[in-house]
Amino acid sequence: MSHSNRKTFNFHGGLHLDEHKSISTSRPIETAPIPPLLILPLLQHIGNPAIPCVKVGENVLKNQCIANADGPVSTTLHASSSGTVTAIEKRSIPHPSNLDVMCIVIETDGRDTSIEQSHASTEEYLSLSRHDIQQRIKEAGIVGLGGAGFPSHIKLNANKHLVETLIINAAECEPYISCDDMLIREHAESIINGLRIMQHALNAKHCMIGIEDNKVEAHAALQAAINGSDDIELVRVPTRYPAGGERQLIYNLTGKQAPSQGRPLDIGIVCHNAGTAAAVDDAITRGIPLTSRVVTLTGSGIPQPRNMHVRIGTPIQYLLDHCHSPKEDIANILIGGPMMGFKLNSADAPVTKTCNCILATLQRDAIKPSTPMPCIRCGDCVEVCPVNLLPQQLYWHAHAQDFDAIQDYNLFDCIECGCCDVVCPSRIPLVQYFRFSKTTIWQQERDKEKSNKARQRHELRLERLEQEKREKRERHNRKKAALKKKPEQSDDPKKAAILAAMKRVQDKKLASNTNPANTDNLTPEQQAKVDEADRRRKEQNADTKPS
Amino acid sequence: MIINTPQVASSASVSRLMLHVGYALVPGTLAYIWLFGAGVLIQILLACLTAVITEAVVLILRKRPVLKTLADGSALLTAVLLALSIPTIAPWWIIVLGTFFAILFGKQIFGGIGYNPFNPAMLGYVMLLISFPLEMTRWPSAISLLEQMPTLQTSFDVIFNSGLGIDTISGATPLDTIKTQLRAGADIPATLINSDFSTLFGSFAGVGWEMVSLGFLFGGLYLLMTRRIAWQIPVAMLGSLVVLSSVFYLIDSSQYISPLLHLFGGASMLGAFFIATDPVSAATTPRGRIYYGIGIGVFCFVIRTWGNYPEGLAFAVLLMNMAAPTIDHYTRPRVFGQSKG
Repeated sequence: MSHSNRKTFNFHGGLHLDEHKSISTSRPIETAPIPPLLILPLLQHIGNPAIPCVKVGENVLKNQCIANADGPVSTTLHASSSGTVTAIEKRSIPHPSNLDVMCIVIETDGRDTSIEQSHASTEEYLSLSRHDIQQRIKEAGIVGLGGAGFPSHIKLNANKHLVETLIINAAECEPYISCDDMLIREHAESIINGLRIMQHALNAKHCMIGIEDNKVEAHAALQAAINGSDDIELVRVPTRYPAGGERQLIYNLTGKQAPSQGRPLDIGIVCHNAGTAAAVDDAITRGIPLTSRVVTLTGSGIPQPRNMHVRIGTPIQYLLDHCHSPKEDIANILIGGPMMGFKLNSADAPVTKTCNCILATLQRDAIKPSTPMPCIRCGDCVEVCPVNLLPQQLYWHAHAQDFDAIQDYNLFDCIECGCCDVVCPSRIPLVQYFRFSKTTIWQQERDKEKSNKARQRHELRLERLEQEKREKRERHNRKKAALKKKPEQSDDPKKAAILAAMKRVQDKKLASNTNPANTDNLTPEQQAKVDEADRRRKEQNADTKPS
Repeated sequence: MIINTPQVASSASVSRLMLHVGYALVPGTLAYIWLFGAGVLIQILLACLTAVITEAVVLILRKRPVLKTLADGSALLTAVLLALSIPTIAPWWIIVLGTFFAILFGKQIFGGIGYNPFNPAMLGYVMLLISFPLEMTRWPSAISLLEQMPTLQTSFDVIFNSGLGIDTISGATPLDTIKTQLRAGADIPATLINSDFSTLFGSFAGVGWEMVSLGFLFGGLYLLMTRRIAWQIPVAMLGSLVVLSSVFYLIDSSQYISPLLHLFGGASMLGAFFIATDPVSAATTPRGRIYYGIGIGVFCFVIRTWGNYPEGLAFAVLLMNMAAPTIDHYTRPRVFGQSKG
């Protein structure tokens, strides 16, 4: 086993937060029961929504593909239990935007009958080509389970890049969330297996697993599963939020900074979440697509906080009821952790592939919103920003809606971790300002593109109209000239004679100036050939003409 | 729009920050009272009263929440800092006028806390110094130098009866004495051993003043250790002051005062930890704060050494306030993942 006490690199800023993790790690992961209704959103990832391949009224089996990926940046969706498709319609899903998206609704039959393994499951992943592995992972509907939900097969496509290091992110730095921790404790082998498969797919030289030093049991489990392999380095990183941010973890482990507008792949690194590794193992060695995930149910609103294997599509209210959460006393439900999570609008929304934590808070424990005061430029936000931004300056420009200046201050490097919000003595919702600025800028860019296109269309139309006008005028002028000429000729024979003479002179001049065409002085043989060619061309035109 | 902010309890608040800055002023203020008499207490009281009334009236006129804004404590802090900066035996209308000016023209006219480009207390101070040079340069003498202990009554009389009996308790400050003597042609070593002044210079930087400075240093260290002020500004300011004064002191100790006197003989400690660190008017980037601090130290030294005024802190702070936005613009940190240069 490798050097677990190797040097780590500390990223700038960050916060020590109360963990609140142990409340949900005292019991093993349970399996949630089959809900009567499954709601499976077609868009649970970054990219294009999947395209349904089942119809309303159709019976489906567990693990059956019910929607296909639409293009490369998209992924497949599977039924997470057997039953009947009752609707394909817009439903509310857990998403910060609170928009409804198209979902496939399945009424379960409780039998949980699975399809025959369509994937030829194999232990011998080494014999699979890289492309095969990517394809299977795409068909298994795997997305990054850490939260962002980027389709995993894309991140396993190194293309022409040389992958130096594959990193498994087991840091899990947000308070309350413990799903990765528990998954590692109970399924460390599966994660290492998944890691091996991904290593093969990427042809990565060497692997690292970064885990926060507060996860002692999980660390031990991984150490046992690695079992002395010397190409996997298990590294404890200091517990400090946001150590689990992809770029922060990469820096922590390697001392390398992924370029701000690029990808980690640009520096030869690929990073996947621990849960994703386990899902990859399921897909490749057991042929099971991603139809369930571990979800942490925690917070003061859950009497016995715990982790559960939950079928994707299970309504959140169903899980809360299952855990005896007192519906009336709940102040708010967060999806994700308290730092980056978002408030759930409706508990009817389902668990999606990216939903790692359901944090329910009782009325009495809810954090009361405080009215923001003016910024006093104390710079505490600068101290904690893990990306080295100047949040106080960003805020100044966001407040003034000066979107050029705010981009100049690198708004788009903000990872929205929320550290600046927590330390701000004026209680300014900084990240909210930054998110608003980002979406406004995106919207402006879309509008600009739209108006550019519209302008181009408009200009083309104007040009066309102008051309038509010009042609009309020319025709008109020609006609007018022709009309004019006639009366002139008949009007005054003297004038006409002069004009004719002038024309002759001009014609002569022109003739003497222009070179003879190459068809002017031809021998009879040549002329015959030309005529022959003309005839053939005419025939051909007659043949190809549609009518 | 849904507001998604971190749901994490936080104790950070502006009023707490101001409160702790207030605590940190206690040791220096106590030393001040102990060594120079209770006049400073009367000044602080007058200043606070003026500040609260001025701010309240302006807030009412601007139709802004009054109590909530006053509760941030920034107006009170401005008042206390101004009261600590002026001579404690100045007549009452000096501090009232100064505080009124500081709150109205230093702060509220720009939109209140967070929007003022200048340090309000220093703006008030400089206005007073330029307008009322006589009242602003008559400093109290340390009690130990007086023939009889001044009572609170004496201070009261001096402040409210336009300097009646002021001669019994006033005296020159160490920095002032050296400046006057240098102008008169006496070099510094001669001044220091001159029997007229020898008691004035205390054990290392002026009797009384050195202890008050130590008190402010002590409070400042508390703020530094609890990370309530940025370390860059005081370190850079005192550092540049020490370096510059040491160089000149080593070149010619008969014409240039010692670094020790620079640090503890004037307002350096109060300035470095409590005035220059006012975040609103200071530079805000980490590197920018170093330049900002250095600038104040340099200007402070230059004005003390070659200027007309014996103390240059207020001018130094205001000059650097003007430079702060420019400094911020050119000292942005390199963002994570962006290439160097």
